[in-house]
Amino acid sequence: MAAQGLARREPPKNAMTALRRLAIGWLLPARRALSWRFWGALKVPLSVKHYTRQYVLGIVLLLALPAWAGLQIQHWTTAGGARVYFVENRDLPMLDVSVTFAAGSARDTRARSGLAGMTHRLMNLGAGTWSEQAIAERLADVGAILSGHFDQDRAGFGLRTLSSAKEREQALSVMRAVLAEPRFEVDVLAREKARAVAGLKEASTKPQYLGEKAFQAAVFGDHPYALDEAGEIDALERLDRDDLMAFHRLYYRAANATLAIMGDIGRAQAEALAEALTAGLPPGEAPPPIPPVPAGGRGSEQVIAHPATQSHLYLGLPGMKRGDPDFFPLVVGNYILGSGGFDSRIMREVRQKRGLAYSAYSAFQPMQEAGPFTIGLQTRREATAEAVRVVRETLEEFLRDGPTDAELAQAKSYLVGSFPLRLDSNRKILDHLAVIGFYRLPLDWLDSYASRVEAVTREDILRAFRSRIRPQAMHTVIVGGQPDAANR
Amino acid sequence: MRAWMTAGAITLAVWAAGAVANTAERSLDNGLRVIVKTDARAPVVVSQVWYRAGSMDESYGVTGVAHVLEHMMFKGTAEVPDGEFSRLIAAAGGRENAFTSRDHTVYHQTLQADRLELALRLEADRMANLVLSPEEYAKEIQVVMEERRLRTEDNPQALLYEALMATAYQTHPYRHPVIGWMDDLRHMRLEDARDWYQRWYTPSNATLVVVGDVRPEAVFALAEKHFGTITARELPARKPLNEVEPRGMRQVTVKAPARLPAVYLAWHVPRLTDPANDWEPYALEILEGILDGHASARLQRALVKEQRLAVGVGAGYDPVSRGPALFLVSATAAEGKSLDQVVEGLRREIERLQREGVDVRELERAKAQVVAGQVFEQDSLFFQAMQIGKWESAGLGHRNQALRFEKLRQVTAEQVQEVARRYLTDDRLSLARLDPQPIETPPIRSVANTTGDRHVR
Repeated sequence: MAAQGLARREPPKNAMTALRRLAIGWLLPARRALSWRFWGALKVPLSVKHYTRQYVLGIVLLLALPAWAGLQIQHWTTAGGARVYFVENRDLPMLDVSVTFAAGSARDTRARSGLAGMTHRLMNLGAGTWSEQAIAERLADVGAILSGHFDQDRAGFGLRTLSSAKEREQALSVMRAVLAEPRFEVDVLAREKARAVAGLKEASTKPQYLGEKAFQAAVFGDHPYALDEAGEIDALERLDRDDLMAFHRLYYRAANATLAIMGDIGRAQAEALAEALTAGLPPGEAPPPIPPVPAGGRGSEQVIAHPATQSHLYLGLPGMKRGDPDFFPLVVGNYILGSGGFDSRIMREVRQKRGLAYSAYSAFQPMQEAGPFTIGLQTRREATAEAVRVVRETLEEFLRDGPTDAELAQAKSYLVGSFPLRLDSNRKILDHLAVIGFYRLPLDWLDSYASRVEAVTREDILRAFRSRIRPQAMHTVIVGGQPDAANR
Repeated sequence: MRAWMTAGAITLAVWAAGAVANTAERSLDNGLRVIVKTDARAPVVVSQVWYRAGSMDESYGVTGVAHVLEHMMFKGTAEVPDGEFSRLIAAAGGRENAFTSRDHTVYHQTLQADRLELALRLEADRMANLVLSPEEYAKEIQVVMEERRLRTEDNPQALLYEALMATAYQTHPYRHPVIGWMDDLRHMRLEDARDWYQRWYTPSNATLVVVGDVRPEAVFALAEKHFGTITARELPARKPLNEVEPRGMRQVTVKAPARLPAVYLAWHVPRLTDPANDWEPYALEILEGILDGHASARLQRALVKEQRLAVGVGAGYDPVSRGPALFLVSATAAEGKSLDQVVEGLRREIERLQREGVDVRELERAKAQVVAGQVFEQDSLFFQAMQIGKWESAGLGHRNQALRFEKLRQVTAEQVQEVARRYLTDDRLSLARLDPQPIETPPIRSVANTTGDRHVR
């Protein structure tokens, strides 16, 4: 309800993803869930901002203190090969656990597009001895929340529960069954296929869904990252129970699992918990890695007609992967280009100077293999051509001249100074653990973050951007558009 | 059941004590209220300035002005020119934004705890010294219209919600959208924003909420230093703005490009006004939990899972607001099902509850969410600050949040049935239907394999 009842000055940093979820999620945003929590709970990946020199010094000194070297990540591997990342924290009587598998939509094929998502979707709708009704009630009885996470790389579940023994054990017993013994009932599958198909048909009327889908297909070509996470209607309709069973056996293995545990529990209990959650998973080796994203060839342009009052613009190409050696130059540089909100050039040029859009951004989405670099905005139809020109010129100028010294100082100041804000709740720490674990980042990744941001030079940024963001390889998708924009 | 509720109750007792004991409160001479909650889990602080002026304080012809002014608040003062506010906060490693709702306008920053003073200095400056320039206004009103296009004009479900509000409320200004009607935005003038600023932006209409790793005395001293010199202006008298008593069902239909029919049902119900003595709003909160509190609660189970009339369904009720409350139910029809069938299905569930009441297990389950929720919400500094501000804005006193948890646990099955019977009646109902209009299959015009530097002009 409040999602409709709020208006705010600046869109959430990854509004693009949020809008897409809104489009392919069903229903009216009547619920509390779509209020503050909806926008607020969105993770802000590497958003940034700017500043001056005395502050930079102050921040470096502050970070040299042990306070933020202080996140004690404990790591081990279970008997079955699941990797565990654990932080003990007794401040609140609660526990968060996430279990993530390399079982996202990148494991789909064109003919079975939607299988990975449908498998994940059905896992908590009947498992072990419990029907979907029993699962929901057993969780609700102890106030626990079991949530799902699904993207191109990852499929997983998160559990938030009170840490008191009875509540915790009941909630964990449900999670264990969901992971290891999903029933994949035929009748439930038929219903969920129908809901998914209905969701896709509704989404197909929305410009942001059409635009992102076309953009994803253009950027990734034949790579599985091109596949729609939600699947294709004809492929979904063909899925049967055997497909889901086989997918589960192949990918929901302990050797393919990463656990993150955060909260009010000791090491010995955490070890027991990790064993219990993973012991019943299907046996076998971790599946082979997904293929690399091929280096982009030539760019493309598409205009998709749509009667909306705004045009939606997407420009981009494959960007970088997790653990990329240029991660820090690209993050710092992109703060300046388009992820730093009002500190960024794209926002300044498109919105502050010209009033062309409410939201305008550039974003890297580092994934297992190279995820997209995207520039996006929405503007009134008649301003489409001007907006495209402005973002392209802004990008070209950045690639030509790089950031100024003042911009670089400001970006570092924000990125370093805001670092503690990334770790100020159990939820955020859990999410970091899950990313560090899944992508096998070094355990000191958080500790070294500030010094690696500080080390970035203007030349690093120029080199990293020029080698990856080649204008002739950029793909452009416009939904809506001026009637003759592409022909002039 | 009983055993676990006891365990839960123990947890709760510990938490209720901790959650409220650590807020401190002070008022400055100019009327600014300052509320501080210490949470030292991380070296971080959230600062929020709440102005008790939202879209419900607007008049016909200038709807949306509260939100337009919110945008203009970032356009600078004599000391801190346009763009500097955001730049300075970012330079300090802070995040900032603002939002406008029906009830209030809120400006917020999150920073390392030892940098709180910067946020307070900047907020105090723009509370008193905002510069409103015609050049900046001319661009920003365009941005706001783009925001409306994005949120509402091109979003059929949002258009439906807007129509529902304009129908359910006949006299109360909740009938206007927060972002304003497009025609009012087109005709808005800088002077409208200036009038708004001069009327409502004064210390006696504001509450500063600070949550994080701070000592209350230190925050009070900083607040005095930066806000203490601002002269108070008298606030205009506020009218009660009571909504006229409904006399029969109201219906509205929205035609917009979409695929699936959808519906909102909204009943006029009480809001919380006396946290210690009210019982109906608490019973309505539990009712919401019973209808839609978990993945297989009543509406989900009946409409989506068993009868398969809907692909999605939800219920919503917020008892904490300045204006009159609604109890909302929404649903999106499954393919091949008519909206009439969906509405019938929803009504059957409501009527069954009115007739048969609720099972004690369902009641306990709904309360379990309350117990756990009280712990879980301590995880976010921002959420804690939001709750304090919201309760204050609604005139309920933030300390009564603890009372709410106690009262929710006392709700009986009979009370839930009673509020359903009393309020979820046709005479109090407004119904909004989305009638999907076909959208022609988008022809994809591909200009493939061009060189990327060819511009679309």
